Amino acid sequence: MEKHSVKNLASQEQEWTEVIEPDKPWWQLNIGELWRYRDLVILLVRRDFVAQYKQTILGPLWHLITPLLSTLTYTVIFGNIAKLPTDGIPPFLFYLCGTTFWGYFAKCLTSTADTFVANQNIFSKVYFPRLVMPLSQVISAGIGFLIQLGLFLIFAAYAFWQGAPIHLSWALSLLPLLVLLMVILGLGMGIIISAMTTKYHDLRHAVSFGVQLLMYATPVIYPLSMVPPQWQKYLLLNPLTSLMELFRLALLGEGFFEPVWFAYSVFMCVVVLLAGVVSFNRVERIFVDTV
Amino acid sequence: MAKTVIHVEDVWKRYRLGVIGATTLRDDLKRLSAKLRGKEDPTVPLDKSNHLNHKTKDAYTWALQNINLEIKEGEVIGIIGKNGAGKSTLLKILSKITPPTRGRVKIRGRIASLLEVGTGMHPELTGIENIYLNGAILGMSRREIKEKLDDIIDFAGIAKYADTPVKRYSSGMRVRLGFAVAAFLEPDILIVDEVLAVGDAEFQKRAVGKMKEVSSGQGRTVLFVSHNMASVQHLCHSGVVLDKGRVVYQSQNIDEVIQYYAKQVRQQVSIPLMSRNDRSGRGEIRVQELCITDTQGNLIDTILTGQAVNIELAYKVSREAPLQDVMVALSLRRFDGTVVTTLSTEYLCSNFQQLTGEGRLLCHIPRLPLTSGEYILNVMIRSQGEIQDWLEDACVLCVENGDFFGTGQVVPASHPGVLFEHMWKHK
Repeated sequence: MEKHSVKNLASQEQEWTEVIEPDKPWWQLNIGELWRYRDLVILLVRRDFVAQYKQTILGPLWHLITPLLSTLTYTVIFGNIAKLPTDGIPPFLFYLCGTTFWGYFAKCLTSTADTFVANQNIFSKVYFPRLVMPLSQVISAGIGFLIQLGLFLIFAAYAFWQGAPIHLSWALSLLPLLVLLMVILGLGMGIIISAMTTKYHDLRHAVSFGVQLLMYATPVIYPLSMVPPQWQKYLLLNPLTSLMELFRLALLGEGFFEPVWFAYSVFMCVVVLLAGVVSFNRVERIFVDTV
Repeated sequence: MAKTVIHVEDVWKRYRLGVIGATTLRDDLKRLSAKLRGKEDPTVPLDKSNHLNHKTKDAYTWALQNINLEIKEGEVIGIIGKNGAGKSTLLKILSKITPPTRGRVKIRGRIASLLEVGTGMHPELTGIENIYLNGAILGMSRREIKEKLDDIIDFAGIAKYADTPVKRYSSGMRVRLGFAVAAFLEPDILIVDEVLAVGDAEFQKRAVGKMKEVSSGQGRTVLFVSHNMASVQHLCHSGVVLDKGRVVYQSQNIDEVIQYYAKQVRQQVSIPLMSRNDRSGRGEIRVQELCITDTQGNLIDTILTGQAVNIELAYKVSREAPLQDVMVALSLRRFDGTVVTTLSTEYLCSNFQQLTGEGRLLCHIPRLPLTSGEYILNVMIRSQGEIQDWLEDACVLCVENGDFFGTGQVVPASHPGVLFEHMWKHK
């Protein structure tokens, strides 16, 4: 009899759909909940895309204009004036490849880095899994990236047809993985910063500058082969270095690849993402009280 | 027996006072380096580090203390209390925006909160696009929204403008749109905070109707927080009064709850006018105290529209000889500066002919015709045409919606002003 009632009580306990408690274990991610809100992610991506270009004349063409202009600048300054080597690749393609991939990484990082500050208002009014916001940002940026990648492929195909010394390589099969790694690194770093900016507001100002510095510490506008051999390993400590070189290897046929360093990059990307999710998770609940 | 759908168990919520969390990296680094060198924290102001224990205790405030509530399925419960009583904090905890410091809340079913309607609307998107976005933010799937799209558009009354960017909407339309999305969310538990204070009268009526329908017709649970006693009374069956973060009264009968609250509000308020030094005039007579009382003479700080009130004024004449022909005037204005009216002994030809020593004067208003809001009182006393005492901002009059017309209809906040007695009929 008693046993029965205890069981009854237990089953009633289980009926609760939600238990709100002071502390949530840091590792508890609740992927299921995130999945339930997938429609919100899609709608946010749509909102970003639509709203971004309302009342602009050129609209989504801006996705093409910005990388083209920065590529032209790099080609003139680093290619024609500074005459940096490009591993024998036509400078324009070399820089376009660099800006396409770097642009996506930088966008992932900077747009997710102010998740809490930018959404302060909505976060303090209504609950939904906060990770929805950075995820939608990354996907939004992904649309722009795909457009730019298409642009790059058109230029590359034209150059190949004109006889430029470029070719696709075996690394092409790694391309989706490379993009994914870059995204999770950008997202991971971004949400770590977003979690930290709720406490240290100064970080906001440092982000765009930091990203710029990071670009120079990554072989984006120069090839790794140009760096003196004894320094290369320091540069390779930056997980982006292997990724960047692999992108060029995949699409232009020239770049650095060493399995150990690639494995290191993969490891670092995963670590950063995990660290990001954990810190984001910790901050998302208490941030409303602290901002 | 109805199931319990919300079980609040011993919930406490603590907030830190002052500038919270917004430290700079530099401060933290300083603190860290001081810690490493074994020195005292340099970022703590001196007076604080002296009485560290005392001060750190004070740096926190309990917004909620020991809250225990059990809310049954289908219950429509009003949560009332003054500003700062902890109502919003409680709702924020229930809607998972902020976690409790202690205790826990158990919830059965889908919960949706209307803490502020229209959250997340994007001005560049059209009405329909915003319905989707807003619905998704509130936790609806696209399919659900699609099914209800026509109803939502219809309820909000924006059919003509569904494809217009929301930035071209009037604020009323935006509010209606926001409320409509939430109203069709069909959650098991709906949390509503002050939404009815916005929108035009007709929409308010529809909103209240919709909420009644949601609660009674569909058996949903509604938590309703409002300053508007009339709509709380109209909508809720049961209620809770919060004060300083505690549940001070709880009843299944909403009328009892409102009575308790009204009594609580009628607490002693007296304004220390004597410590003011910004008054002008000759000063042979001074207003010492100004207070609002009800017909029984109890001090009140909130008046309901239509209520009988007295404005009481304590004076002191400092000269020996009595003051002759004393005019007393009270002028009322809104916070934006618009003068509402002036109550003066002169208009009524009832100047006080002789005043000496100390005493109290009383101005009786049989049915206060002001709509809800706050009004500021200025006082002026003249004797034989000469200004004796003039004090601006002597007292604030808080008026809340009441039943002025005796019909149960409340004037919405969008129709501010003064109420007249009037009637309509066929000629």
